[in-house]
Amino acid sequence: MSFLNDPRWGEALSHLPDYLGNHVRVSLAALALGLIVSLPLAILTRNRPAPRAILLALASIVQTVPGLALLALFYPLLLLAASVTLKWFGVSFSAFGFLPAMLALALYSMLPVLRNGITGLNGIDPALIEAAKGVGMTERQSLVMVELPLALPVMMAGIRTAAVWVIGTATLSTPIGQTSLGNYIFAGLQTQNWVFVLFGCFASALLALAVDQLLGLIESGLRNRSRLRAGLGAIGIAALVAATLVPTMGRSSSGYVVGAKTFAEQYVLSALLRDRLQAAGLSATARSGLGSSVIFEALKAGDIDLYVDYSGTLWANQLHRTDIKPRAELVADLKMALAKDDITLLGELGFENAYALVLPKKRADALGIRTIADLAAHASTMSIAGDYEFFSRPEWAALQKAYGLQFSAQRQMQPDFMYAAVASGEVDVIAGYTSDGLIAKYELVALDDPKQAIPPYDAILLLAPKRTGDERLKAALSPLLGKIDIATMREANLRASGNDANSSPDVVAKWLWGKVGGR
Amino acid sequence: MPSKPAISYRNVTKSFGALRAVDDVSLDIADGEFLAIVGGSGSGKTTLLRVANRLIEADGGTITVEGEDVQNIDPVALRRRIGYVFQSGGLFPHLSVADNIGITPKLLGAPATEIAARVDELIELVQLDRAAHRDRLPEALSGGQRQRVGVARALAAKPRIVLMDEPFGALDPLTRDALGDDYRSLHRRLGLTTVMITHDMTEAILLADRIAVMRGGKLLAQGTPSELSTSSDAYVLELLRTPRRQVERLNALLPQSGAA
Ligand SMILES: Nc1ncnc2c1ncn2[C@@H]1O[C@H](COP(=O)(O)OP(=O)(O)OP(=O)(O)O)[C@@H](O)[C@H]1O
Ligand SMILES: [Mg+2]
Repeated sequence: MSFLNDPRWGEALSHLPDYLGNHVRVSLAALALGLIVSLPLAILTRNRPAPRAILLALASIVQTVPGLALLALFYPLLLLAASVTLKWFGVSFSAFGFLPAMLALALYSMLPVLRNGITGLNGIDPALIEAAKGVGMTERQSLVMVELPLALPVMMAGIRTAAVWVIGTATLSTPIGQTSLGNYIFAGLQTQNWVFVLFGCFASALLALAVDQLLGLIESGLRNRSRLRAGLGAIGIAALVAATLVPTMGRSSSGYVVGAKTFAEQYVLSALLRDRLQAAGLSATARSGLGSSVIFEALKAGDIDLYVDYSGTLWANQLHRTDIKPRAELVADLKMALAKDDITLLGELGFENAYALVLPKKRADALGIRTIADLAAHASTMSIAGDYEFFSRPEWAALQKAYGLQFSAQRQMQPDFMYAAVASGEVDVIAGYTSDGLIAKYELVALDDPKQAIPPYDAILLLAPKRTGDERLKAALSPLLGKIDIATMREANLRASGNDANSSPDVVAKWLWGKVGGR
Repeated sequence: MPSKPAISYRNVTKSFGALRAVDDVSLDIADGEFLAIVGGSGSGKTTLLRVANRLIEADGGTITVEGEDVQNIDPVALRRRIGYVFQSGGLFPHLSVADNIGITPKLLGAPATEIAARVDELIELVQLDRAAHRDRLPEALSGGQRQRVGVARALAAKPRIVLMDEPFGALDPLTRDALGDDYRSLHRRLGLTTVMITHDMTEAILLADRIAVMRGGKLLAQGTPSELSTSSDAYVLELLRTPRRQVERLNALLPQSGAA
């Protein structure tokens, strides 16, 4: 019974109006846009084989792009578009969140609508189109009174498929800043909160089912010419939209937005920052689960106001530097470079979250491995696992070059599973994070890096350009600077990785403040 | 001087690619006349009918309807003014019997009450059962009932000219006979001009005032059955022999007093 009594169900439920509302809005807007574009295209090309083939080919290509990649692609694309409109027309728009998500999802919805629309219209018996002409219909009347009604069942099947796809894929719009039911899933996966993962999956499945059934009701109403059924279906959809608009209408959007990337430490830190701002009387919300390439651009564009990044990450990815400097020097250089973009590097939190090569302590002792240089001699018989980005990062190239590392196999893994995998011997070495609490939990050891191939990764607090002169904000945050040491952060991360009610980011953030607040 | 013909073809030609589906046809259909067009499959009967209401555009020659060149009439208006019964029925499967029948008046903008009254009148006219059939979908009708609906639809906007493409094909002989007789009396009662395509020479002789014979796109002969029987064309004579042979066989096989 404890599973059902878990207080995290309650917490999940408390987010539902926000997550579901945003999910419904972005899905239905995308579906509506997809229909507005696709249906006329299907009608226009029904008697034109060449453009029809091109259109279907394009839509099919879009469909083969994985949903997550399509969503991610729209962010830089819109960013570019926004900078162009700013230059030419002096107006800019947010390339973050709703817009890229809606456009990508709309594109995603087009194939089933187009394909079924065209199939439905072309499948009509030519004798009936002839008859429509014969009784005196114009082309337009023939389309509206005969062809569309006859193609309706096939067209509606396409629309229903599109609706289910869009609602399912919308869960992937969380990393580009669109709140959705995916927030449950991303956060749940990162913090091992299976209650959230389940809740997110069920909620989006139920939503998809409900919309599908309502569309089915409209369809059967139109087909059987039952105003009642069509009306009920339409009212159902309208009610869904209205219900999701109401709770968010009154909410002000003028507060500070704290960004967080997609891993547990970031969820905890963003909750901590949000709490600090609220304690100082500032309204603040956390926007969690943002992709690591999206989040910096979002800060630069002012879509989020502050977040925690790591010095080495920006050094390599934003400044494109491959040389390595001591911790303090690197942060100082970074601060100057970021200032050119009007981004404020407020300061370090005190701990480092660097990549480190990690293996079980017992094994390291048995083999006499203390440093990465020692490991190099054994690497050819060992396998290594890293997160999804590690092997394409400059640090990995630098490590391989400095130590001549050659592993027998390399695998990509969800970060939270890596530690258990290396502890159980499923892989020999992992590229873990120095601040991860699981290092202590599984009795692992992080190897020294005598050649300093891995740059320092100080956790640093960044403020958006529009917050440059915001002294209230800075005052609210300054009590955190330099206060979080590596041991405290490891413990916080360990707590967050637990699978119980006390492991939610909010609870851990309060614990963390309790530890560092008085320092 | 006789009144001007309801439909007049002058040297009308229609080709599909190299194929001359209608080849230099000249034919007058008098006001109030019932003309049957007969001929083999692919001889151009349907094409000849369709160029009259511009479902197909003729390539050459002139067609006039009630004295007006059809090229000078808006094709949509032309079709609303001529009733057309399709070879395959052509009823709209998603519309009820009543909506199928009332479609042309609706396109012409008639008020709903007027359409409803007209539909009831037509259901009666083609001898369907108002209570049982009015609101059914075509799929729930028998073949003969569907063809009655097709005829009713063609008559709904009170056309003076009706074109029928094998309207009673694919029916059992009894129904076919009854429907033919019913239509013939409607034709007379409403003062219609009717052009009917049929494969059945007996039907043509029994229903029509005059018969036009098509072959390979050409109009081979036209005239009353007795005029045709004096034709010098072997094909025409062969066509006329068929019903006569049938009658002789029937007379030989059935006792003269019969069931009647
Ligand atoms: N749209 C078209 N495109 C090409 N050829 C056509 C077209 N319509 C008719 N034809 C051809 O024109 C010729 C005459 O066709 P039509 O339909 O007028 O014949 P029909 O006498 O009505 O035959 P049936 O008794 O079988 O209905 C046929 O050879 C037919 O294949
Ligand atoms: Mg024909």
